[in-house]
Amino acid sequence: MTAKFEGTDRYVATDDLMVAVNAAVTLARPLLVKGEPGTGKTQLAEEIAAALDKPLYRWHIKSTTKAQHGLYEYDAVSRLRDSQLGEAKVHDIANYIVKGRMWEAFDSQSQAVLLIDEIDKADIEFPNDLLLELDRMEFFIHETRQLIKARHRPIVVITSNNEKELPDAFLRRCFFHFIRFPDADTMTRIVAVHFPDLKRELLSEALNAFYRVRDVPGLKKKPSTSELLDWLKLLLAEDVPPEALRADDPRKSLPPLYGALLKNEQDVHLFEQVMFLQRRQQRS
Amino acid sequence: MLNRFFLTLRDAGIPVTLTEYLALLAALDARVAVEDVDGFYYLARAALVKDEKHYDRYDRAFAAHFKGVEQAFAGLAKEIPADWLRKTLERVLTEDEKATVEALGGWDKLMETLAERLREQRGRHEGGSKWIGTGGISPFGHGGFNPEGIRIGGQGGGRRAVKVWEKREFRNLDDTIELGTRNIKIALRKLRRFARDGAAEEFDLEGTIDSTARNAGLLDLRFVPERHNAVKVLLFLDVGGSMESHVRVCEELFSAARSEFKHLEYYYFHNFLYESVWCDGRRRHAVRTPTLEILRTYPPDYRVIFVGDASMSPYEIMQPGGSIEHWNDEAGAVWMQRLTTRYPKHVWLNPEPENRWDYTASIGITRKLLDERMYPLTLEGLDRAIRALRA
Repeated sequence: MTAKFEGTDRYVATDDLMVAVNAAVTLARPLLVKGEPGTGKTQLAEEIAAALDKPLYRWHIKSTTKAQHGLYEYDAVSRLRDSQLGEAKVHDIANYIVKGRMWEAFDSQSQAVLLIDEIDKADIEFPNDLLLELDRMEFFIHETRQLIKARHRPIVVITSNNEKELPDAFLRRCFFHFIRFPDADTMTRIVAVHFPDLKRELLSEALNAFYRVRDVPGLKKKPSTSELLDWLKLLLAEDVPPEALRADDPRKSLPPLYGALLKNEQDVHLFEQVMFLQRRQQRS
Repeated sequence: MLNRFFLTLRDAGIPVTLTEYLALLAALDARVAVEDVDGFYYLARAALVKDEKHYDRYDRAFAAHFKGVEQAFAGLAKEIPADWLRKTLERVLTEDEKATVEALGGWDKLMETLAERLREQRGRHEGGSKWIGTGGISPFGHGGFNPEGIRIGGQGGGRRAVKVWEKREFRNLDDTIELGTRNIKIALRKLRRFARDGAAEEFDLEGTIDSTARNAGLLDLRFVPERHNAVKVLLFLDVGGSMESHVRVCEELFSAARSEFKHLEYYYFHNFLYESVWCDGRRRHAVRTPTLEILRTYPPDYRVIFVGDASMSPYEIMQPGGSIEHWNDEAGAVWMQRLTTRYPKHVWLNPEPENRWDYTASIGITRKLLDERMYPLTLEGLDRAIRALRA
């Protein structure tokens, strides 16, 4: 039986997340993670690797990434140059096969964690091109007629921001987990993990202010966990007193250093208006 | 037992397949999460539900199937005859008595003891404080009271147990409800079709390498035409009147559509299409575009999307002179037929909820005119509409 993932001292995992991770680890099937930006999807892979003490291979996907890039690439340009220079190694095509991230993970001496980050950025056919590779954990190099098989089935963590729908055939092969935005309790735990010596009243005032911002309807970009953590870091660095974060301060409507939370001037404006209206209602 | 659960999920509209079901069984077999029902709930969700928009349906199906939690532990539950558990006795406990009922501490312990008791116990049992049955204060059975009791069939008396799936926290992720600009963009993006045409002007690195290699190392440059979005869209938006309440949804659709297509032409109409439309919402009486001109200007490969609630008096569609704003020589239906014959790829998006369509006669008429290609203005409806446009 493999070790169980239960979060780390830097990462708070909820029960449902743990079950999903352990199911994926035990059955050696890919785990697809979705969720709002900034809820720690990418970090999850790093923490699984750290918690289970396994090497981590990161494969970041861009809009131009092809499935082939993760397996191997045939570096035709160097071979062409070498052939014109008359190098000897040009005769063996294997010298020009460059390993991709997935191959490296397959090649790892112990079981590895492979992160396929933001799979939705790539072309719509990308996941389909990886079906067999993820299923059987093997692929074929046409140039050298060689079959590459994983020594140990890697733990594959795939993140998606939902920009494209993933094909059904691909989804069928994965376990799926949706990271929900943490509730106030979980958030307190998360913050405690990152800032162990944060003063209690500062934390509760900051969380109040944070959820007040998040709850404003119609924000273009709601602040996320990672933005809260950045903001707390700033508050600590500036040594802001807890009283300054209270909403009933009549002089100003925005929390201090709000730039870390609201990243869009329409949102800032909207928030100011909402706070202004609320205060007027309270007074009357 | 789980086979039925699987079928329940399919009936609830969650696209679960056999592969996923087998994965769940394999995970159960590997003892990934068996100790408690929450674990089972999470595990089944991770294995079977692959989209957060289905989470809410899953919660409902789960609640319906595992009403009470007995079937989650199939092996145990099989031993309990159903009629034996039927509620026959309601024992009323005072607050004092409730306080004295001792909780057995922790779910695991409860399940362990339940299994033990099941082994020990034979036959039906009522009242008392140890055996499984109805109306007692034992932690097992139903209709009784124990702060940490497990309900086995029937209605719970104490109502203490809060189940995750009863909270329905994912309600607003269901795609039949939420509609934001970003979501619409994703839906509209499906309509995009990239095509290469025109002059070859982009340097094709891969092609050059390939043909150079084939050419035994002699450089052979290759060019390809630039890729661009080849889908052209004509959007007709209903403004004013009964559409006022849908303005926000339409604005979102509009802003999303505008950034998704290179060729997007939009026109406004009021209630129904007649001999002219206008292209600026504010100056509708000053600048009008004859519909005939539109029919002439845009070739039939344009996809046409009408957005409107189609809620009006049937006369406005069927009768010449039926328009509420002006005198129209030809009925709206005639103009609609002209548009739909010229542009065979067309859909009508209706912000009214689909289940209310049957109550409005004009919606029925419009649907007939459009060959039933009317879809609700929800993400899921948008999806169906896009599919119809692509076909």
